Amino acid sequence: MTIGVDHDKRVSDGLGHSSSGRLERVLRAGQFAVTAELAPPDSANPEEVYARARVFDGYVDAMNATDGSGANCHMSSVAMCALLSRRGYETVMQVSCRDRNRIAIQGDVLGGAALGINNILCLTGDGVQVGDHPQAKPVFDLDSMSLLETVAGLRDKQVFASGRALSDPPRVFLGAAENPFVPPHGFRPHRLAKKIAAGAQFIQTQYCFDLSRFRAFMDQSRDLGLLDKCFILPGVGPLASARTAEWMRRHVPGVHIPDAIIRRLEGARDQRVEGRNICIELIQQLREIEGVSGVHVMAHRQEAYVADIIEKSGVLGDRAPWSPSCNKALEKQHA
Amino acid sequence: MYSLRLWAARHARVFELTYRAFEPVVVKLHPLWKSVGYRRAEKPMGKLERLCKGLLFDCQMCGQCALSATGMSCSMNCPKTMRNGPCGGVLQNGNCEVYPEKRCVWVEAWEGSRKMRGGDAIRVVQLPVDHRLKGSSSWLRVARDASESGERHREAAR
Repeated sequence: MTIGVDHDKRVSDGLGHSSSGRLERVLRAGQFAVTAELAPPDSANPEEVYARARVFDGYVDAMNATDGSGANCHMSSVAMCALLSRRGYETVMQVSCRDRNRIAIQGDVLGGAALGINNILCLTGDGVQVGDHPQAKPVFDLDSMSLLETVAGLRDKQVFASGRALSDPPRVFLGAAENPFVPPHGFRPHRLAKKIAAGAQFIQTQYCFDLSRFRAFMDQSRDLGLLDKCFILPGVGPLASARTAEWMRRHVPGVHIPDAIIRRLEGARDQRVEGRNICIELIQQLREIEGVSGVHVMAHRQEAYVADIIEKSGVLGDRAPWSPSCNKALEKQHA
Repeated sequence: MYSLRLWAARHARVFELTYRAFEPVVVKLHPLWKSVGYRRAEKPMGKLERLCKGLLFDCQMCGQCALSATGMSCSMNCPKTMRNGPCGGVLQNGNCEVYPEKRCVWVEAWEGSRKMRGGDAIRVVQLPVDHRLKGSSSWLRVARDASESGERHREAAR
């Protein structure tokens, strides 16, 4: 029953790249990549999407547009990514298995790639019970693993899951999520191995607040020989206060925040600033871990501070990721 | 039954051995299934399978049993019907994010697999569920597939 990705047949541009995106280029060049989560608007107004993206200008290599995260309804990921790619932004389209079956998902992947999306993150998705439409039917026709295999099949074998051929494959860089911070801890590195076998090329993790747990996960993954096979971007984010942290670890599935972090926030004069300092320190410490290729910043309702956090962490060095102003500067040069 | 399901996963080794003894019998009975007709055998065997596995594993009769690769914890009881491992929402106490009072099916699966001799099958990527097979007997399917592939091998050898 094992179906690995046929690496020899992988669609590539001669450099071993499977997409023409900037995220893959940055990662393969060995530069420390920064991705950020973009909150989707509850609106049909494209300007809201652009306004939300603008706060990251010059500090992130790609933005993840979430797909009904927390099982709450928002603008779709494919639409947000398509809007943003029109302006030149690099996006990661998130695909969750909760709301669509394999027919719908494959159609969206082809459509997304046609609209200029270079990266796809394959997720299982939260259960409908935690969101704002608990009465909805949970689909889960595929799981994150079979979704990865399906999209890798579209790209590398140029066939649908049914075996029917495509004329042009979607040239996408494939990502998956992992959560090293929740049980069963012993299985997590093996699960990463399965995701890589299914086609994952980069991994964005759940919030990392527990460095020792993360190091243990990375050590085990290294022993399994996984770290040469994919790029790992641990998730980070600023905590607004000790109360928020407490609420998050109680109510947001999969978020693990050690007591020490909460105590440090409680002891701080300005908890908001302390939350950002913790985030900066974590980014700097994560960068030192072998096999970490970047960070994924999830700053829910604190998006405005992301640029400052990245700046202070110093991880970009003198590199400035693409922003629309780069195009304007080029246009001026040519004029 | 939930408590029985947990008990079964915790005794995964016993059920692995039981199934290893049982499977060749079902396969050997291929001539019987063939003479009765697989379609006609489907009803009584399906009922029997549903009864046994339903009681022990809360089997949902997906028709493509993966218990050997899931530490004898039926992954169809996961609210997300994950076939390849736990989601990222497992609670720190090892319970389910959707039903916080219940154990995560995959936490049980991982522990069960560690007790089995062939437990490493949990590391193999499983295909998505074929929804056409829902409600059908996995046992008969195994018997049919095994004998048919055996017949093909014999023909190829000739």
